[in-house]
Amino acid sequence: MSVASPLLEVEGLTKSYGGIHAVRGVSFSLRSGEILALIGPNGAGKSTCFDMLNGQNRPDAGHVRLLGEETTGKKPREIWRLGVGRTFQITATFATMTVRENVQVALISHGKQLFNLWGSAPRFDRGEAVRLLELVGMAGYADRPCGELAYGDLKRLELAVALANEPKLLLMDEPTAGMAPRERVELMRLTAQIAKEKSIGVLFTEHDMDVVFEHADRIIVLNRGTLIAEGSPAEVRGNPQVQAIYLGEGLLYEGGHREGASA
Amino acid sequence: MAFYVVQFLTGLASAASLFLVASGLSIIFGVTRIVNFAHGAFYMIGAYIAFTLTERFSGAFGFWGGVVLAALAVALIGVLVEMVLLRRIYHAPELFQLLGTFGLTLMVEDLVVLIWGPDDLVGRRAPGFKGAVDFFGQNIPSYDLFLIVLGPVVLGILWLLFQRTRWGVLVRAATQDRDMVAALGVNQKWLFTSVFAVGVFLAALGGALQIPRDAVHHAMDLRIIVEVFVVVVIGGLGSIVGAFVAAVLVSELNAFGILIFPKISIILVFLVMAVVLIVRPWGLFGKPEAAARKTPGLSVNPWRPLTSNERLAALAALVVAAMLPLVAGNYALTVGSEIAIFVIFAVSLHFLMSVGGLASFGHAAYFGLGAYGVAFLAKMAGLPMIVCLLLGPLLGCMGAAVFGFFAVQLSGVYFAMLTLAFAQIVWSIAFQWVSVTGGDNGILGVWPEKWAASPSHFYWLALGVAALVTIALRVMVFSPFGYALRATRDSVLRSEAVGIDAKRIQWTAFVIAGTTAGIGGALFAYLKGSVFPDNLGISLSVDALVMVLLGGVETVSGGVIGAIVYKALNIWLVSQTDLSKLVLGGFIVLIVVVFPKGIVGMLEILAQRRRKSSPPGSSLLAKPIESAE
Amino acid sequence: MRARNYVVGAAFALLAAGMGHSALAEDIKIGEINSYSLLPSFTEPYRKGWQLAVEEINAAGGINGKKLVVISKDDGGKPADAQTAANELVSSEGVAMLTGTFLSNIGLAVSDFANQKKVFFLAAEPLTDAVTWAKGNKYTFRLRPSNYMQAAMLVEAASKLPAKRWATIAPNYEYGQSAVAVFKKLMSEKRPDIQWVDEQWPPQGKIDAGPVVQAVAQANPEAILNVTFGPDLVKLVREGNTRGLFKGREVVSFLTGEPEYLDPLKDETPEGWIVTGYPWYSIKTPEHEAFLKAYQAKYNDYPRLGSIVGYQTIKAAAAIIAKAGSTDTDKMIAAAEGISMPSPFGEITFRKIDHQSTLGAFVGKTAQKDGKGVMVDATYKKGSDYLPSDAEVAKLRPKD
Repeated sequence: MSVASPLLEVEGLTKSYGGIHAVRGVSFSLRSGEILALIGPNGAGKSTCFDMLNGQNRPDAGHVRLLGEETTGKKPREIWRLGVGRTFQITATFATMTVRENVQVALISHGKQLFNLWGSAPRFDRGEAVRLLELVGMAGYADRPCGELAYGDLKRLELAVALANEPKLLLMDEPTAGMAPRERVELMRLTAQIAKEKSIGVLFTEHDMDVVFEHADRIIVLNRGTLIAEGSPAEVRGNPQVQAIYLGEGLLYEGGHREGASA
Repeated sequence: MAFYVVQFLTGLASAASLFLVASGLSIIFGVTRIVNFAHGAFYMIGAYIAFTLTERFSGAFGFWGGVVLAALAVALIGVLVEMVLLRRIYHAPELFQLLGTFGLTLMVEDLVVLIWGPDDLVGRRAPGFKGAVDFFGQNIPSYDLFLIVLGPVVLGILWLLFQRTRWGVLVRAATQDRDMVAALGVNQKWLFTSVFAVGVFLAALGGALQIPRDAVHHAMDLRIIVEVFVVVVIGGLGSIVGAFVAAVLVSELNAFGILIFPKISIILVFLVMAVVLIVRPWGLFGKPEAAARKTPGLSVNPWRPLTSNERLAALAALVVAAMLPLVAGNYALTVGSEIAIFVIFAVSLHFLMSVGGLASFGHAAYFGLGAYGVAFLAKMAGLPMIVCLLLGPLLGCMGAAVFGFFAVQLSGVYFAMLTLAFAQIVWSIAFQWVSVTGGDNGILGVWPEKWAASPSHFYWLALGVAALVTIALRVMVFSPFGYALRATRDSVLRSEAVGIDAKRIQWTAFVIAGTTAGIGGALFAYLKGSVFPDNLGISLSVDALVMVLLGGVETVSGGVIGAIVYKALNIWLVSQTDLSKLVLGGFIVLIVVVFPKGIVGMLEILAQRRRKSSPPGSSLLAKPIESAE
Repeated sequence: MRARNYVVGAAFALLAAGMGHSALAEDIKIGEINSYSLLPSFTEPYRKGWQLAVEEINAAGGINGKKLVVISKDDGGKPADAQTAANELVSSEGVAMLTGTFLSNIGLAVSDFANQKKVFFLAAEPLTDAVTWAKGNKYTFRLRPSNYMQAAMLVEAASKLPAKRWATIAPNYEYGQSAVAVFKKLMSEKRPDIQWVDEQWPPQGKIDAGPVVQAVAQANPEAILNVTFGPDLVKLVREGNTRGLFKGREVVSFLTGEPEYLDPLKDETPEGWIVTGYPWYSIKTPEHEAFLKAYQAKYNDYPRLGSIVGYQTIKAAAAIIAKAGSTDTDKMIAAAEGISMPSPFGEITFRKIDHQSTLGAFVGKTAQKDGKGVMVDATYKKGSDYLPSDAEVAKLRPKD
């Protein structure tokens, strides 16, 4: 892993809404194959930060570079073309299509066949679609209508869709929100495994500290729009500022998975 | 100077009556999301009942009492309609309610003639407001002054109602987020019913108050409904203040516009709406719609290409249709050609609506442009028929390219209304530009050449083109492009996140649909041998919508069936009875209640049930938790 | 119940459409099309008129001994639907000729259809000059006095007025436009000294009368030409009365004296307008008295102008077929060209040169009587006196 060109470089990212700073001068970077967690209490600016990385929101100041290329202010679809896959906090899938077709649409887009009026989408790159579904353990559901999937399955489907453009970077906004605890761990384990295998960088936000500490290589902590800590899980856990923020929330204790925890 | 003041006041008086009706429509849409096409019909019934009551009871009490009583009576009818008809279809695909209320409107237009007779009725003047007030030598009718005061008073009452009562708070909450109110445990049923009643009351009051100014007749509804829709959209859907401002804006622009361009009235409101929507996509006082709601209802059943058996069946149906000339006479063949042409028209809109989720209210524009394209080429350039048929639709294509570009920047009802505005602009050009288009007298003598002149040949031509178009669009539905289009409909967020440029995809779809409609129009010009502005008119656009909705917007082939059923029924009824609107309207209402997913949608559900009854239930999967945080 | 029947019926629509009514083969069938559902206020009296004519003709032994049957269709006010109906009448019903239509564009659409399919068409009511002139054809004849003729009748009276400053108010479509154009042209020929100071073009059926009246008043004309009718006229008159627009101004108005448009105005009828129309109450000719008596006996109602037009349309059709002695199209055309016949307004002739009938109209002044609008000082203007010279007509009309 070369230090020369990080996968993602964020520099002095700033955004304010009506005089209130949502994000202030946030800088960090991410290398290939690394899993980076972005955490912080509610209203810390995680989502704003995230939206600026994937192009849904334009920063007031600062830069985002992907693979050395400036992506600040680019549209989400342009950033996707550079090799960024993403999943949403609330799943966004194509409800009137089957599970496989959801993946196929992403493959069609990746193959630049969006304006192909003649071919057959249900037959488009079926093999690859099934392979991606297998990867996330959804192959058995390939022909199911997406609209009747359970929520955990939708999350896994989103992961398969996010992997369709052979991304170098995955942006996952609360990937396990709304899932049962067991499913959360499974999904993140799966993600981590795929990331390591394909050497994909992963940036995710998460409320569930168990998930964070188990899977993140590195953690950055936001509070009131500013980056207050950065480091390995152990370092962050030991950080007094972080402890102060999370004090009383009981989220930083080490240990197994707390049954019944909610996001 | 006095003149301009008086002209301004006159404009305000016109605005007041427009506002009354528009505010009702706006409230109803805001809360129930119903595009209430019958709003004009309620306005008209209000006027008719008020006429009867004010003729019957004399004096000031009789008049004003009659007006209020009429509005109340119509509100009661509104409640009945809401409970009997609309309640059954709130969960049907959006716009399906449009179909139901359209059916009602058709019925009412015939019913008022049956009840009140065919003559235009002129009612009493308002007691105490018969004369005029002198303003520096200019006369202002005192009834105008009354209306000028009434507008803001009604606005004020509505404002108080919404700000100061629990009911109003609920209405406002529902306007912003319908689902949330449902979650709060509010009895949604009665909220909707009461809102509908208030909206209808305002419409009927608006109608009743026209008695001293207007004649009461059976086409009043159409005169007002489109204009009112436009006002509501300019103001911003669901915004009462917006409706008021828009009504004033439109009326004043008209009052002063005619001083400079006396012919402006015919198109003014649509020009204003087009400009407003391009600059402010949600109207003057509207807010961006919550994005989450899907345009067509979410059918859980994904579409699939036809199986080989189904393909054989479709082919067999086509072969049977192609054999019609062996048994049928010239008239039946010409009707067959017309139906085939409307199949083309309907499937083109269906492609846009069901695959793209883009409901165009002005699709006739491209149909008509195709027809005019043919007429120009044939009459002015004298080109052969086959060339005209190939090139004529290009006019539809160009129109769709220009207007589609602006239209796809919007979504939902705003998209629909912008397409309507464009269609009306095209219509008024065809209507006004007499030297080129012949105005409303149209272009005559566009008859087919010899090879296609006989009814059977033309029928085969139309049938063949219809089959090709239907197949081509079906192939497109299942093509990568079709999926990309459907992706933009299902989830804007996700499609953008997988690299799909939604606007470009939708624009392309719009152009495809427009060109296809143009093909239908080109054939239509030859079928009828003439082209008239009403080939681009609102009623044809509405016909297309009805055909699509009747067939089923969530289906792939609904457009075909919808067109055949609607057009055949329409032609047959018009031929059989002068009350065709009453029967057709009744039929539509019946379909809406019995088959809320359209005819084809219903057939699919039936087929599915049959399939499901053999293998035991596989639908025990957990429900999606869409609202998880 | 009924709806279900129609659902079933829909399936058989094509089949049913292919089958005819149960008229006997030896009957003479005439196809009739009009905007019954769109314009009932005009077409209901019209229908009563032609039904009376059919009754009278058959009571008198039919046409050359054959029974007359009229098959009537609604066009819903749409040219395309009118053509569908025309096609049905010709192809399925096998009618000898087509008659009817009210709106100009529908008249033209059916006329073009007749020309293409070589079918005889007797246009009843459409007013546009194009039907007999610019877009005239061999197969099309027209009964009602055209736009040009009515304009010429009004100009005769209007040109005698001292007024020099004129304003016009007309619905913004072909009828209104050509009515104004012809009126202006003929007026300016007779009175080069007049000025046109304002023109208003409200959309048909959607007049916003207040601003229009105000705008016309601002131009301060001495006389006003009105072409609006129906509900638009009602609104215009009401606003004009209240705002004093008509006070001290001459008004010349197309069609306003027709009972269809005059009667609804009741006690708001403006006084002294020069109008074309049909004062059924004051026509004392024997032909009209006979018609009036028969009409009132049958319907217990008074006739409107539409009644006259409907009645005379079928009478004319019957006369043409009787003279032709056949329902062959060419023979009927030959018979119709130059045919003269009686009518409730006196004898009329279908001109050979442009197929226009010489049926005239009454010009008079509006007045109020017992809270109702009437026409007074009405005189009948023969159509033949208000048509341009044959040389001019020949130039206007394309060669067959």
